Parts: sequence; structure tokens; C-alpha cells
Amino acid sequence: MSQFKFWNDVNNLLNMEGPVNGPVPRWQKKKESSGSLNSSSNNSSRIKSSSSLNSTKTPVKGAKGEFQKCKTPSKTPTPNKGSKTPSGDRFIPSRSASNLDLAHLKLTQDESSKSESPTHKELQKAMSENLYGADISNQKILTYKNKAPSAPEGFQNPMKVIYTQVKTPASVKNCSRYIPQAPDRILDAPDIVDDFYLNLIDWGSHNILAAALGSHVYLWNAATGNIEQLLELEGNDYVCSLSWIQDGYCLAVGTTEGTVELWDCSRSKKLRIMEGHSARVGSLAWNSYVLTSGCRSGQILHHDVRQREHIVSTISGHTQEVCGLKWSPDGKYLASGGNDNVLNIWQSVSGSHNSHSTPLHVFTAHQAAVKALAWCPWQPHILASGGGTADRHIRMWNCNTGSCVNSIDTKSQVCALLWSSNYKELISGHGFAHNEIIIWKYPGMTKVAELTGHTSRVLHLAMSADGSTVLSAGADETLRLWKCFPKTAAKAKDAEKVKAKPSALKQSIR
Amino acid sequence: MTSAAQSTKSAITVRGSADIVCDYLNYGINSILYQRGLYPPENFKPDENYGLTILMSTDTKIKEFLSKTLDQLNGWLVERAVNKIALVITNVKTLEIMERWDFKVEYDEASLTNPEKVSEKPLKQIKNEIRDVLKQIASSVAFLPLLDCVCSFDIQIYTKPEVELPKEWAEAAPANIKNAQSVKMRSFSTNIHKMETVVTYKNDD
Repeated sequence: MSQFKFWNDVNNLLNMEGPVNGPVPRWQKKKESSGSLNSSSNNSSRIKSSSSLNSTKTPVKGAKGEFQKCKTPSKTPTPNKGSKTPSGDRFIPSRSASNLDLAHLKLTQDESSKSESPTHKELQKAMSENLYGADISNQKILTYKNKAPSAPEGFQNPMKVIYTQVKTPASVKNCSRYIPQAPDRILDAPDIVDDFYLNLIDWGSHNILAAALGSHVYLWNAATGNIEQLLELEGNDYVCSLSWIQDGYCLAVGTTEGTVELWDCSRSKKLRIMEGHSARVGSLAWNSYVLTSGCRSGQILHHDVRQREHIVSTISGHTQEVCGLKWSPDGKYLASGGNDNVLNIWQSVSGSHNSHSTPLHVFTAHQAAVKALAWCPWQPHILASGGGTADRHIRMWNCNTGSCVNSIDTKSQVCALLWSSNYKELISGHGFAHNEIIIWKYPGMTKVAELTGHTSRVLHLAMSADGSTVLSAGADETLRLWKCFPKTAAKAKDAEKVKAKPSALKQSIR
Repeated sequence: MTSAAQSTKSAITVRGSADIVCDYLNYGINSILYQRGLYPPENFKPDENYGLTILMSTDTKIKEFLSKTLDQLNGWLVERAVNKIALVITNVKTLEIMERWDFKVEYDEASLTNPEKVSEKPLKQIKNEIRDVLKQIASSVAFLPLLDCVCSFDIQIYTKPEVELPKEWAEAAPANIKNAQSVKMRSFSTNIHKMETVVTYKNDD
């Protein structure tokens, strides 16, 4: 009698569309299970069956997205769902609700006979029609038998580093100098645009920091701490890039409108507006009187700021936004990095300060946008470049030979790069996961220090004129000042000696 | 491969178009294997094509599997017998399907009736289209979930039912993903074959 009832149960459960019956009273179930749990279902099968039921928790979820393969008896709605022990006053493990008989039956049942059931076929047909637009039985799926091997045992996905917050073991080397782990100062930078492709910070030779916050440009005098607002753009426009001329108070400002404005910051006066770009100007670089600007359209323009017809030449080497632009310290090379993952090196025209319109080198090794660019101050043909999220590498290029000298995986998006002028070191600003600043020893590329504190990615880095302080601008709307490259006493003396020499010479001539 | 020889002529035949598609798949699949971290990165070496640097596997077994599969696919593409190529990424331990990259093939209507039809589309333009797709594939790590297990891959070719089963080939079951989410990439076309790339991955919330 109980067996018959059991079959009824099974049929009810197989029928997906049918109404779901409520739980059977506990006493009945108990009676049933004790009756049917005979010698055939031994201990091991009981364990198996219960586990197989547990593994199929969400049959409905699977059906919603794509239908799942029908290997386990997952088609049946979980039988123990919704069945509660009726008495509420004490805890009774409801063994009966797990329906061991059904599970046992499903395990012992032949798989092929089940898939023959018309409802199942019908379901599969409907599913495949929805999924593939055509009945799946109208096509064959073929695959080559000799499969490729999987990765060696114990191999871990190297991509893990960009998904996790776990601190990676760093090769932090003991350093002879003390690098403070906390910022020297923190400044607020409300409304700083969280956009990887812009260049919003520049620290000029006069120790004045220019920062673009939304549509405003502020000047912060690092010596006195004075802040003044230089300009405010109208409407929805915002500032996309900033660059100080090498010597002097002239600041170039790139805007969303595609214009480049020149400002004399000693008098807070606009000098001129230069047009020529069709989209926003995200990068700027000075080479003497030539200002080079990179646009969202991928176009690069050289402006001679002294002339009325300011556009000297137009170069198109990128198919997407130019986000990194730097002239080498000797003015021989221009490096441009774009969202098209390409890094181009342009040689300057001899006797002039603009560049040729065909690239000297095209480096495609980066797998993501190239924004972080920095030229080595003591080897003017060495360039360091950093790639975005999909790349995460800092690469060193020798632009005389056009070869990649070194590359290192930083495990994180590289947003900004700078060389220290006081030490043979580099400093890089990173995005997810640690939003940290890393100081690297050159040329070994071992980590010297990791500076954390930003709660969002470090978008820009700028260095003070004396090279002792680095300013980082984070998407968390703070600017942090790190005194990480202090001048040693001996070095400072050397610098003084160099300065003192010419005057001594003058005296001797007199 | 042969696509280099194609660049001298402006017309692309059906066979040439199939070569372009197979070239794309070879670079695309290698790029996926690298970007998704299926194999140790030291087993890949950079190769320049389409104006990009793409990392290609140096594992002889993977190379052999890919070349055998793509050679067979090339023939089917010429015969217009392929509907879709699927790269299936499976968890080795649980055999659960983690991710599937679908490369759907569409055929130009005119070329279906006229097998001698040639495409006038410049190769440079096709290569640029392929470059854009490959770039999207490389940047997909930004949104795809981490494959935090040892995974293997397989290539399934969806063909017309009348295709005969070659030696060393077998029929397979369709790879479906629980709670799936799809992202469509750019597509490219040789004017004979049009290829659409879609990635489907497990959405675990």
C-alpha cells in the first residue's frame, strides 16, 4: 500500500507543471519511510542519495537563465522545500522530509529511460528554440577528440591578483633611508573627475601646484600654503588636462570643448585660446615654445604658442583617445600613449621643437590603455610606461634602439608613473585592489616601499621641483603629499657646490 | 598564414575568407586562454598581428589541438556547413561549465548561391575590424568573473546535420551555463563570412 503511494509521489514530482502538493503529515511519512527503507537501501546509498538531493538546490534558477543538463535528478523540485515539522515546541530532525526513497529510486533508475519521457523532450525542444533560435536537433555539435591538456596541477589563476584584496607578498627590500608610511599632508580635492584618461595635476617649477577640480583650476602654493582659484569654465565643461611650461608661469589648460587655454599665473590672466581639436583634450606636453596636445579623437597637435597660426603640425598615430603625452627631458623624443593600447615614440625635427609625423617606434606590447608615461631624468632615452587594468605592466623602453629593456607585472592598473630625481627609483600610482603607491628600485625593479592610504584609485602623481615630495591625487577626492625622496645632507651639499661654482668663476674672472 | 598573400590582391575568395576567419579564431582563442589565466603566463610568447601584440601559447599540445581543429573548421567554412564555434571553459574537477565564447558565423546571401563570389572589401579594413574585436577580448577581464579553479577548454563546432563525422572527431552535448549572462562583442565581416563574438559566463550573485 505504501509502495503504491510512493509511486504516486514520484509521478507527482516528475510532473513539473502540476500543482505542488503540501507536505504529508509527519506521522504518515515516518510510517512510510520505516516501511520502505528495507534491506535494499543500505547505509552508503543513503548518504549518496541525500547528498545528491542537497546539490540541486535551485532548479528554478537554472531554468531561468539557460537550462541545465539533466544528469542529476535536478529537474524535480526539491522535495524538502517548505516541509516543516508540524510540532513547533521541540527540535526533531526531519529525516523523513528528505525523501530518501525517491532519491534512491532516481539513483538506481536508468538514465536513458528518463530522458525518453515526452515531457522532457518537449521541454528541451522549447528551451533550445528559445536559446538558439532554432531547434538544436537540426545541427550537430562536433569536437576534436584529442583534447588539449589542462593546466598543471597546483596551478593558480594569475588573474586572481586583480580580483582579490589579499595583500600580495612583496619583495620589500630593506632600504637605507626612512620612508614615512603616512602622508605628510592631506588636502581635499572635492569634485575631482574620476576619469583615468585625464591629466589633472601638475606641479610647476615655481613650487606652485595646479589642480583641476571639475570646471575649476586651483593653484596651491606649496611654500606658503596659499590657495587661489585661477579659472572656472562655464556650463557643463570641465578641465581635462593641465601642464606647466618648463620655466615660467605659463599654464596650459585643455578643456572638454577641444580648446587649449594659456594662462599667465603670475597675473591670473588668460593669454590666448587655441582651437583645433574636435573633442576633449586629455593630455598636454611642453617642449620649449611648442605645446603638444592629445585629443580624444586620437589626433595630436603641435602648437607654436608664439605664432598667430599656432598649429605647426598635426599627427595622427592613434585610433582612440590619447591619454599619455610626454616629451623626453632633452626634447629629442615625444612619447604618446592611447586608449588603443599603442605607445608611439616620435622623433623631434632637428632644429625645431615639434616632431615628425611618422612614428619612430610603435610599441604594441601593452594590453590596455597606456596613460602612465615617464622619461628617465638621467638616461634621456629610457622611457617607462604603464598599462591599464588588462595589462598591469610597467615596461621600460630604450628609444635609441627601440627595444623593451624590462617589464614587470604590478598586479594592478597603472595610473601614473614618475622617476625620482634624487634616487635611482620610480614611483607608480595604482588602482584596484590596493589603491596604493609603489616605489620601485631601478633597474632591478624590486619594491622599495608601498604607500597605502587612498581609499580609491590613485589617478595622478606629481613631483615637487626639488624632487623630495610626491603628490598623489586619488579618486577619493584627496590629494596626499608624501615625503618619500628626501635629499640627503651629502646630496644637498653637492647641489650647493654646483651652484656655488659659477659665482666663484665669476669672481676669478673679475 | 595565407592571409599575407591575400593582401596583394584586392579580391578575397571564399577560401581566403575562411583563412581570415581561422586566423582570427587562432589569435582570439589564444588571447582568451592567456587573458582568462587558464594556463601559466610563462607558456605564452608575444606575437604581432593586426597592429597588436597578442600572446600565443607555446605549449605544443595546445598548438596541435588548435591547428587540427582549425584546419578541419577551415574546410567546413568553405562548404558553409558551420553555424557556430564555441570555446567552452570547464572546471577540471567538477566538470562544471564556467564560461563559453561563441563565435557565430553568418554567410553572405549572395555567396550562398554563387560559390565563386569574391569580396572586394579591403583587407586592411577587415584587419582593423578584427583588431577592435581582439582588443575587446583583451579588456574583458575587467568584467568577467575570476576563474578560481583549474580549467580546461574545448572547442565545439556547431555544423549542419548533413556533415559527416571525420576521423578522430566526436559528437558532443551542448555546453550550457547555469544562471548565465552574456556580453556581445563587436563583430567583423569579410563580406563572405560575418563573425559575431559573444561571451557567456556564470553570474554568481
